[in-house]
Amino acid sequence: MNPTRKRRLWMAILVLMAASIGGSLILWALQSNVTYLHSPTDVAVGKVPEDARFRLGGIVSEGSVIRQPGSLEVSFVITDRFHDFPVMYDGILPDMFEEATSVIATGRIQDGRLVADQILAKHDENYMPMEVADAIAAAKAKQSAAGAGAGAGAGAGAGAATYAPNTPQGSTY
Amino acid sequence: MLAELGNFAMLLALLLATALTVFPLVGAQRGNVAWMRLARPLAYGQTLLIAISYVLLTWVFVQHDLSVAYVANNSHHLLPLVYKISGVWGAHEGSLLLWVLILAIWISAVARFSRDLPLPVVARVLAVMGFVSVGFLSFTAFTSNPFERLLPAAAVGQDLNPLLQDPGLIFHPPLLYAGYVGFAVAFGFAVAALLDGRVDAQWVRWSRPWTNVAWGFLTLGILLGSYWAYYELGWGGWWFWDPVENASFMPWLAGLALIHSQAVSEKRGSFHAWTLLLAIAAFSLSLLGAFLVRSGVLTSVHAFATDPQRGMYILAFLAVVVGGSLALYALRAPKNEGKPFVASSRETLLLANNLLMTAATIMILLGTLYPLLVDALGLGQISVGAPYFGVLFTLLMAPVVLLIPFGPLSRWGREENMPLLLRLMLPWFVLSLIVLVLVLLFWPNGSLRTAAGIAGGLWVLAGVGVYLWRRLKVQRQSLTAENVGMVLAHAGLGVFVVGVLVLESTQIQRDVAARPGMSFEVRGYTFEFVGVEERMGPNFVSDFGTVRVSRDGEPVATLHPEKRHYKAGGQVMTEASYDPGIFRDVYVALGDPLDANRTEWAVRLYVKPFIRWIWIGALLMAIGAFVVAFDRRFRRRVNETEALPAASRGAPA
Repeated sequence: MNPTRKRRLWMAILVLMAASIGGSLILWALQSNVTYLHSPTDVAVGKVPEDARFRLGGIVSEGSVIRQPGSLEVSFVITDRFHDFPVMYDGILPDMFEEATSVIATGRIQDGRLVADQILAKHDENYMPMEVADAIAAAKAKQSAAGAGAGAGAGAGAGAATYAPNTPQGSTY
Repeated sequence: MLAELGNFAMLLALLLATALTVFPLVGAQRGNVAWMRLARPLAYGQTLLIAISYVLLTWVFVQHDLSVAYVANNSHHLLPLVYKISGVWGAHEGSLLLWVLILAIWISAVARFSRDLPLPVVARVLAVMGFVSVGFLSFTAFTSNPFERLLPAAAVGQDLNPLLQDPGLIFHPPLLYAGYVGFAVAFGFAVAALLDGRVDAQWVRWSRPWTNVAWGFLTLGILLGSYWAYYELGWGGWWFWDPVENASFMPWLAGLALIHSQAVSEKRGSFHAWTLLLAIAAFSLSLLGAFLVRSGVLTSVHAFATDPQRGMYILAFLAVVVGGSLALYALRAPKNEGKPFVASSRETLLLANNLLMTAATIMILLGTLYPLLVDALGLGQISVGAPYFGVLFTLLMAPVVLLIPFGPLSRWGREENMPLLLRLMLPWFVLSLIVLVLVLLFWPNGSLRTAAGIAGGLWVLAGVGVYLWRRLKVQRQSLTAENVGMVLAHAGLGVFVVGVLVLESTQIQRDVAARPGMSFEVRGYTFEFVGVEERMGPNFVSDFGTVRVSRDGEPVATLHPEKRHYKAGGQVMTEASYDPGIFRDVYVALGDPLDANRTEWAVRLYVKPFIRWIWIGALLMAIGAFVVAFDRRFRRRVNETEALPAASRGAPA
């Protein structure tokens, strides 16, 4: 083999090796860092695997926010108007966190409630988070398919929403 | 009336931009000098018209004309004047007009500073950039017109998003856009070279300073965004791997690769095809960023409220630009390989740089688009966590840090004396290892990451030092602007590495429930919560907190974290307060009142070591990029540069 060919062969082998190592690293890292969004209905019907870290999207149920005096512990209920699920959080809530507005809590289920390590609230009063809207719409679709067919007025927001996270996740502008 | 005039000027600019695309390009292909000569006047005319249109929109904002929908949606009569002016780019429509204005300024700058270039080249470059301008102008005019009337006029404005009522808004977007759009110049030169069919060192030499300046602006824009996020959002972080941050980081990485590969192409005639591809990629990634931010496919703090039609438009434009330029590339890409080089040479090291930067770009691209793909396939809604990006990016950058000292030290083509280079760096390697162990043993609250950061930064800075010493004392050569820029940028990387790893491994955060008079200890600092009072701002009411910070009884700072309640939109904003320092920031953010009579408050306390090193490092990189652009070599006349000797030894990359 002449030197140019030899060099090219080596280059090709190196690039292939690098690509396959890189590809498998990326896949592995993706697998271990992905969190799914679920609605309280998903949780109720057992769609969420045990011990999985996931994001629970819905609306903060009216009158459900309870603070522990003298600490930052707060508990509330996330609802999609069909099912409810309790959430526990120890930390500072984001600016736009309010009852009857949409929220996404990330964490794991422990003792029948979501112990959240991150709470995202919608950041702009004009929009409902697309993901929450979808989760609610999906819950509604499932419900009406099951024959309930009640139309709560919560779902139809389209368009992008902006979140004000309380912990790092998002940024300027 | 003013709005109509502005709209008219914008449409006229669109007409000129179309002419700018057509006539010079056809002229260049057919050799029609008169048509080619049209390029410059058309470029200037377009810029003037867009500037008029932009000034009129600003004027409409200052006048607070609520019959213009964009003003009604994004301003308020209580809004301070400076935010009425910068509020012009505070939302989708106006920021697009700013984008177009900056593009036009770049086009005019190319027209003005290309006197020494052959006319056909100028004509083609300006025409390609004119095409980009057509794309964005028509997008603005037909899907996102900021001059649209609102009938009947609104009674009160809806106010600018309070998040944006901050000096950050004044500087972050214009600088960022200057970077994004600046890659259109490198793109223009690349496509022009492909159209011309003559891809040689010449086009690279012409486009190099432009790429550097664009990249410098992008660095500054991202840097300011990071700093803004740090103090404004109240989360105390500097980078979140948010999809829109990623959207700006991908062209930055591709641009970084481009800067280095352009150096090889210009000096050695190698990597031409690759350089062309990177020029196309850097600009395409800028467009992808625009698509991600403005189409509404992303949910992010950055995302503009959007409708799908806009997304489709940008996607189509993206397809035309990427598809067209790649097709052209496939047909015309050069086959020649340039000067040969062996494994131990500067080319190899720069190739490694390019591979690692490209890999990082692809990694981020996958992580950013994967959730969109999964959603589009109906497989659920996922989000990719920051650790994915953090871990992989660190893995990819570790070899960069390890190899970077050797790049500038080695020779083009063949480095016969690799052992010498290794010997030169060996003492510094040993010193870095010793420092690593010492930090590991003695740094308060340090970990392996802290040690790696300090040792890595020292290693990079030592590499820069050895380069300077060798060039000035051993080879007795003076430094060109290009050398100085490289030294600054590489030193910036060293400072950055120290900052990131020390911060990320030793920062601390504590959330507390505080009553007036209570004190909290965090990392040797005592935070005394004095209390919260109510204060009035120009267009908000503030919960104005006071926290006294002291250390060993010595007062350090009195901080005033705020919670602002804006009158117009009813929004609430956290205004964090911090005491900056070279070696640490002390940072306090105010949460909610925890009891009914508002005496107990949630408060977040941070100590952030070395965070400023991150921004100082980035600032050095940006300054370095600007300095390189002033290298005299780039301003030599064509016939001189033609005979340029391979002045390559010891020149930087």
